[in-house]
Amino acid sequence: MMPLLEVKNLQVRVEDREILHGLSLAVNAGEVHAIMGPNGSGKSTLSHVIAGKPGYEVTGGEVLFKGEDLLAMSPDERAAKGVFLAFQYPVEIPGVATMTFLRTALNAQRKARGESEFLTPAFLKKAYEVAARLNIPRDMLKRGVNVGFSGGEKKRNEILQMALFEPALCILDEMDSGLDIDALRIAADGVNALRSPDRAMVVITHYQRLLNYIVPDVVHVMSKGRVVKTGDKDLALELEASGYAQFEDAA
Amino acid sequence: MNIALAKTDSGRAVSDTFAAARDRLPGVGKVAEVRRQAFAAYERLGLPHRRIEEWKYTDLRALMGEVKPLAPKPDTAALHRARTALQTHAVAGASKLVLVDGVFVSELSDAAGAGVSVRTLREVLENSGNEARADLLLTNTTDAMISLNAALATDGVVVGVADGATLTAPIQIVHVTTASSASAFTRSHLRIGKGARATLVESFVAAEGAGGYQVHDAVILWIGDAAEFSHVRLMADASDAVNITSEIVTVGAKAKLSLFNMTSGGAVSRLQGFFNLAGEGSELAVNGVNLLKGKQHGDTTLVIDHAVPHCLSREIFRAVVDDRAHSVFQGRIIVRPNAQKTDGKMMTRALLLSDEAEADNKPELEIFADDVTCGHGATAGALDDSLLFYLRARGLPEKEAQALLIQAFVGEAIEGIADDNLRELAMAQAERWLEARG
Repeated sequence: MMPLLEVKNLQVRVEDREILHGLSLAVNAGEVHAIMGPNGSGKSTLSHVIAGKPGYEVTGGEVLFKGEDLLAMSPDERAAKGVFLAFQYPVEIPGVATMTFLRTALNAQRKARGESEFLTPAFLKKAYEVAARLNIPRDMLKRGVNVGFSGGEKKRNEILQMALFEPALCILDEMDSGLDIDALRIAADGVNALRSPDRAMVVITHYQRLLNYIVPDVVHVMSKGRVVKTGDKDLALELEASGYAQFEDAA
Repeated sequence: MNIALAKTDSGRAVSDTFAAARDRLPGVGKVAEVRRQAFAAYERLGLPHRRIEEWKYTDLRALMGEVKPLAPKPDTAALHRARTALQTHAVAGASKLVLVDGVFVSELSDAAGAGVSVRTLREVLENSGNEARADLLLTNTTDAMISLNAALATDGVVVGVADGATLTAPIQIVHVTTASSASAFTRSHLRIGKGARATLVESFVAAEGAGGYQVHDAVILWIGDAAEFSHVRLMADASDAVNITSEIVTVGAKAKLSLFNMTSGGAVSRLQGFFNLAGEGSELAVNGVNLLKGKQHGDTTLVIDHAVPHCLSREIFRAVVDDRAHSVFQGRIIVRPNAQKTDGKMMTRALLLSDEAEADNKPELEIFADDVTCGHGATAGALDDSLLFYLRARGLPEKEAQALLIQAFVGEAIEGIADDNLRELAMAQAERWLEARG
């Protein structure tokens, strides 16, 4: 079976500094992978490069999504193909109502895929349904995107988008940062509800705590721009006990 | 018969051109004398240039060069073209007053509704029974372009809204230009009665094929005590046209005035507004949007004079500047010594979409009272890359992502329009601009 996401020997520079030095991993549909690692190991860089954020120079290797060269696509093309990055720090966009943003984005993706536009009533119904499940009040959807939202609300808004856009690949970048335990549980429940045999998830986290709620099939440890160890969910527990120091040496 | 630069041409030549225009100008006797004095005032100053502080960023000698000759009175063919232009720019339900090439055209205009009186400037100036008629050409503001307007105004509307009247439909003044390489000089007076409520929408448009023309307009507005008046101005003149408009406003006690201006047309334009808050407890909101591309030059210059205590003024200005265009915002707030408890705020932001785009923001506060709240802010910058990436990561192509952010940016100023229909019209004008940007 062809992996959904295949990263092969990826080398990435930011300005004059190489951040990823030949990173490889493969994620199959239906799997949840966790990527763990200390600060500065390149976890967020990997997520940004997959989503197509400007400012990163890929100097070697490749990223394939459903066998296609992801790096040749613009960020919006990647989104339309089914790649979704849940941002560590979702931005605030004053003046763009959340509902307008959601509908515009979904319809831009559908249009790029040659699908018909979602009509407003059907869209509203779906958006309200998903929002209710995530405990997002309706008035939040009328406000500017993330404007005045708490940290937890911003993360839930990311999950709301995931649920509406139904991407094949979800990358969750430090979803747990800045969340208290209750907010974390709501967010994790939202993510778990989206687990499906057709969908893969890559959960990037610094701490094992999140993985109590989103239990991964595979855990990768990153250090200094490489995957230095891959294992099952027990690897996360092992890391929690012994820390990242052992891998820093290995890298 | 060009009215050329007073500074460079001989005075005699300039006077000759004014004389040549005079047989087209309504009014004799005292009116003609006021015109002559106004023209003399213009002649002394000439076209404003960069060494005139108020015109520092909009040097008309460089940008405009000369005043074009008066447009001929529109003939049947011109009126037909004007009618076609009107069809796309008429506001549904509004009571239209149509000025074509500087001349009021009754057959294109609607009859005045209840509580409204409409006369043309021409008929008022020509009526020798009206002793005060020459006063219509006078203002207490001195500026070369206001003087030139007084000298050469061919027509306009003189509108009165009765005390206590509440107009259900907006009044729309439409300035249509059908002529090319010619000038239209108009001047309109609106007196809004005490406690009245009314909305004015003003549209500046070109008929198909019109270009290289100049619109010189003046609006003199009195807002009665406790009146509520909203003025929405949508300037979409031809891309090679000039539009110089002066708006001179007196606001009475406990009155509310909101002015919204959108400039997306014209090669060179300036809206200069002079607001005298003359009655206590009045509220003024001036919002503006400039959408400029190519080599367009758009200037909004506002002077708000808090002459009495307890008045509030708010200014929100947004400029979106692409290519090599140039946007100017000058906002001066004057607080007179006795104008205690004045509350004045002004915020201007410019979005630069290209490296060669230019925005000049010049806020000025002149405060002579000691118990006031006044503030201003000015920013200029590019679209936020992190916002653009967020939108693109959600599937919006680059231009669509930019358009959404630009709409949000100008939306803050457009939101100030209370009338749903007019707000949507303004938003639609912005969307057209964004679509044309491609």
